[in-house]
Amino acid sequence: MSAGHSHRLYRHGDTVVHRLPAHTKLLALVLFVLTVVATPREQYWAFGAYLVLLAAVAVAAAVPVGFIAGRMVVELPFVAFALLLPFIAHGPRTEFLGLTVSQTGLLGAWNILAKATLGVIASILLAATTEPRELLTGLRRLRVPALLVEISSFMVRYADVVTDEMRRMRIARESRGFQASHLGHMRVLARSAGALFIRSYERGERVHLAMLARGYTGVMPMTEDRPIPRTAWLAAAAVPLLALVIATTAWSLA
Amino acid sequence: MSSVPSLEVRGLAYAYPDGHQALFGIDLTVARGERVAVLGPNGAGKTTLVLHLNGILGGGLGTVTAAGVQVVKDQLSEVRRRVGIVFQDPDDQLFMPTVRDDVAFGPANFGVRGAELDARVSRALDQVGMSAYADRPPHHLSFGQRRRVAVATVLATEPEILILDEPSSNLDPASRRELADVLRSLDVTILMVTHDLPYALELCDRSVVLSDGVIVADGPTRELLCDEDLMRAHRLELPFGFEPRLAGLSVG
Repeated sequence: MSAGHSHRLYRHGDTVVHRLPAHTKLLALVLFVLTVVATPREQYWAFGAYLVLLAAVAVAAAVPVGFIAGRMVVELPFVAFALLLPFIAHGPRTEFLGLTVSQTGLLGAWNILAKATLGVIASILLAATTEPRELLTGLRRLRVPALLVEISSFMVRYADVVTDEMRRMRIARESRGFQASHLGHMRVLARSAGALFIRSYERGERVHLAMLARGYTGVMPMTEDRPIPRTAWLAAAAVPLLALVIATTAWSLA
Repeated sequence: MSSVPSLEVRGLAYAYPDGHQALFGIDLTVARGERVAVLGPNGAGKTTLVLHLNGILGGGLGTVTAAGVQVVKDQLSEVRRRVGIVFQDPDDQLFMPTVRDDVAFGPANFGVRGAELDARVSRALDQVGMSAYADRPPHHLSFGQRRRVAVATVLATEPEILILDEPSSNLDPASRRELADVLRSLDVTILMVTHDLPYALELCDRSVVLSDGVIVADGPTRELLCDEDLMRAHRLELPFGFEPRLAGLSVG
């Protein structure tokens, strides 16, 4: 079984950010990211302002910097790509940190880095303050097609089961003296992956049978829905609204 | 007591689409309130039989009638309300994000809503002693707890007959005893499919032996377990040191 009590992206707490209904936070995240993406990249100060905004949310949610930083490694592939841009892009050259690089490339790299980083931090804050199942309820309330929500819900439920199965298969391999050390061992790993796929597929069939046995007819029964107080919407709207103010100022200065 | 049996199986035969014949004419009647064990070695057709009892499998010969309702296509919803199956692996049965949602899934499918749904969920969790875990995700529970929640998901639909597929498998002795206490406390007909012979003796007065797709014996559990030739002929071996003549009887 998984060791943690909750999902490892989630940080338990009882702050105003934790208490907001998931769908208001989801909507706020999407609007915030769209606003950030629409901000002209030359207005450097605006991105600093966004960062301050997110820092304020982090403080309100009692999420420490280290927690966020550790989960930002997911951004690394983008960073690698962004770092290449100044060297491979065309156009006029400029001096930067003693290197001759492309001016548009440098600006492009900054654009990707700044916007991606802000988006990743905002998403980490959402995940840190919202449990996966609440996110699913939020998606449903936002009228995301039921089938997609169900698929995500199964993914959340069975991620641990499948990971655990994978771990047991690895232990069984290694207990019989197998260590993946060179490319030839890919054959073994590929077969393990295939076996895992088949096991998961068969589990899917058994889950479906168990659902049928309890009267499932192809539609998930809706369970209760509480009305959302207007104050919750207002609180969640604060972040994207402030971001919008920053963005419009940036546009008028551009 | 009503005279309508909880379960009536007549001449049930079934072959899988690949041609493998699993059942060769099963006759079985279970009266209301009875607890019956279906004993049989691996591959005897136990799970195939179970899947016929609520119409997941069908299309072979013979009839199944559950609580007076015949298992046919246009009555499946009615049948599944009356026949509750607890599958062997609780991870197959518990697929919702929380225990509460999972227990609510069955009754909600049958149209129960609102306060009545909440009452059903808390009653079912109460019956298996898992009320304190309603808001937990199922994968954070121990195996024994998950098995008991799986029983609750079925109890919430208020079935007339509860069918359990290998209920004691993978349980440690304490969880095994806790589950037995839960099952004994329920006021429903129970059909328990197992090769755990002491467990069958502990919980069920009557047993049937299923072997190679036919029922070869039907009688009081203790008598069947004491019939060494019968047991040996159908690969049903008692655990080391287990003495069915004495087990469970108070001394003196």
